[in-house]
Amino acid sequence: MTALLAHPALVLILGAVAIAVLRGHARSGLVVTLPLLALYLLWSLPDGTHAHIRFLELDLQPLAIDKLSRLFGTVFAIMLLAGGLFGLNQQSRVELPAAFVYGGAAIGVTLAGDLVTLFVCWELMAIGSTVVIWSGAAGAYRASMRYLSIHLLGGVLLMAGIAGHVAAGGSVAFDRLSLDSAAHWLILAGFLVNVGAPPLSAWLPDAYPEASWSGMVFLSAFTTKTAVYVLLRGFPGVELLVYIGLFMIFYGIVYALLENDMRRILAYSIVNQVGFMVVGIGLGTQMALNGAAAHAFTHIIYKALLLMSAGSVLLMTGRRKCTDLGGLFRSMPVTAVCGIVGALAISSFPLTSGFVSKSMISQAAADEHLLYVWLALAAASAGVFLHAGIKFPWFVFFQKDSGLRPPDPPWNMRLAMIFFAVLCIGLGVAPGPLYALLPYPIDYVPYTAAHVVTQLQLLLFSGLAFFVMLGLLRRTLTITLDVDWLYRVPLPAIARALSRSWATAARSVGAAVVPRLRDTGARFYREHGLEGLAARTSPTGSMALWLMIMLLAYLLLYYL
Amino acid sequence: MEQHWLVRPATIRKLWLGFILILAATLAAELFVSHDAHFGIEASFAFHAWYGFLSCAALIGVARLLGLILKRRDSYYEERE
Repeated sequence: MTALLAHPALVLILGAVAIAVLRGHARSGLVVTLPLLALYLLWSLPDGTHAHIRFLELDLQPLAIDKLSRLFGTVFAIMLLAGGLFGLNQQSRVELPAAFVYGGAAIGVTLAGDLVTLFVCWELMAIGSTVVIWSGAAGAYRASMRYLSIHLLGGVLLMAGIAGHVAAGGSVAFDRLSLDSAAHWLILAGFLVNVGAPPLSAWLPDAYPEASWSGMVFLSAFTTKTAVYVLLRGFPGVELLVYIGLFMIFYGIVYALLENDMRRILAYSIVNQVGFMVVGIGLGTQMALNGAAAHAFTHIIYKALLLMSAGSVLLMTGRRKCTDLGGLFRSMPVTAVCGIVGALAISSFPLTSGFVSKSMISQAAADEHLLYVWLALAAASAGVFLHAGIKFPWFVFFQKDSGLRPPDPPWNMRLAMIFFAVLCIGLGVAPGPLYALLPYPIDYVPYTAAHVVTQLQLLLFSGLAFFVMLGLLRRTLTITLDVDWLYRVPLPAIARALSRSWATAARSVGAAVVPRLRDTGARFYREHGLEGLAARTSPTGSMALWLMIMLLAYLLLYYL
Repeated sequence: MEQHWLVRPATIRKLWLGFILILAATLAAELFVSHDAHFGIEASFAFHAWYGFLSCAALIGVARLLGLILKRRDSYYEERE
């Protein structure tokens, strides 16, 4: 049990309380040291299970670690470090503590050796992330409630699945699950809600961009990537995931191409990137699973970098629409350069982190001779450059001169961006340390002449397509309807209509029933009311008398 | 106001010229690297170049078509909620 005191997730979650209470330098110091402490604890734990708790006859293992959980735990802790540094100036006093609970719970998921601990951390993440969204701008409350509803639905699916699995005699330990029972399908469905899979992908671009300029940086990292982690562990090689992932990839690209809000572009691109990981998990070979895990690691860093860049623009200008932005490279050079590094990394340019991770997934598809999957992945790689790699920096930092001349953000935000930009390039130039963290032995050389040349051809000619077809990509003041339309427009309308007709029905039923009820009530009052027969009191003496008579009767019967 | 050097028409012309030279260079490089193509189609000349370009054109086309049906003014939800 004492091992639990050194649980990285517990340290972060308890630390969140201290962050909420403290002020000034003590708070800033804690925000930076807590993730470092979590990293230290994570790396000082040897592989294996370090704590057992008996609960309702179940053997819970809240602290189990292996290579895969260490990889995800590490990148989550790094994310909290940079995100905390970036968000130090946030006026909201709730957001950072909520983000630390959220990130701590995400690490809790990666260290959960059993399904019950996993579920508890899963729900804690839902609460933490909802509060993070909640502390955003004015429209954020409604969005956060829609977000919470979807995630509670996912939680119910997961809980039902876990209960069914355990009731059928399954072990509560979290291991690979086969899709042979309804319970396991429910667990998969619960995981898929959080990964942003269809048909509910819309929760992500609906809610995340409503968070504050710093809040979305945290949101981009934890929910979808813990879902990738649990799919990697629970459902590797499930073929269905290949198709779900491909859908997510193209859904993300097409919607991002139509989008005008810079952070919604990046939100759609989260679904797109997670789609690559889901395809890798579905392919299920060691190369593909390594690729999915590596891509989760690099993606967290470059997507956070992109969102820090967008968040800086939002903080310094107060604007989020591409139609209002443009030309900011003049006065925000650090933000622009860091944004471009993130954009190159998400596009998998050689010498950036995306190049050394995403290509493993394509390679796995080629190794398995899956031509159509491979072609789709190649088209998608071109599309990523199109919708995120060029579109985001072009419309925000170049495009036209919007006349805005905001300065770069404060030093701590610049430092956080530079830290992640250095990581994006560092991992791309020297992928060795990342490859050493991957769950399976790796035999992959990203930098071959053919790979570099073909990737450059793919990306640069996509760039050509972007600039040739720029007229077709002109931004308009529009949004694009998505599945969330169903629960934002028709369903509430149906509910309102139903409640209106329910009220009418209730009135007419009431008119018929109320007089009868009143009669019955009056009769009851006559019998049981203050003056009623049943409510009459009896003196203690008669009570004693009756008791004596009964005891005598008993005595008599006993002797008979 | 003095235009930033990066957005002057002369610079943009030079940038386009440089871009086209780089594109040509990636095509030329194809002649000097040995391919280990997994699929027949990958062995066609400059496969990644034309495939990337056409994929992007197709994606933009699909997005435009979808936009025709699903685009709404960005105050759509505020007017309804």
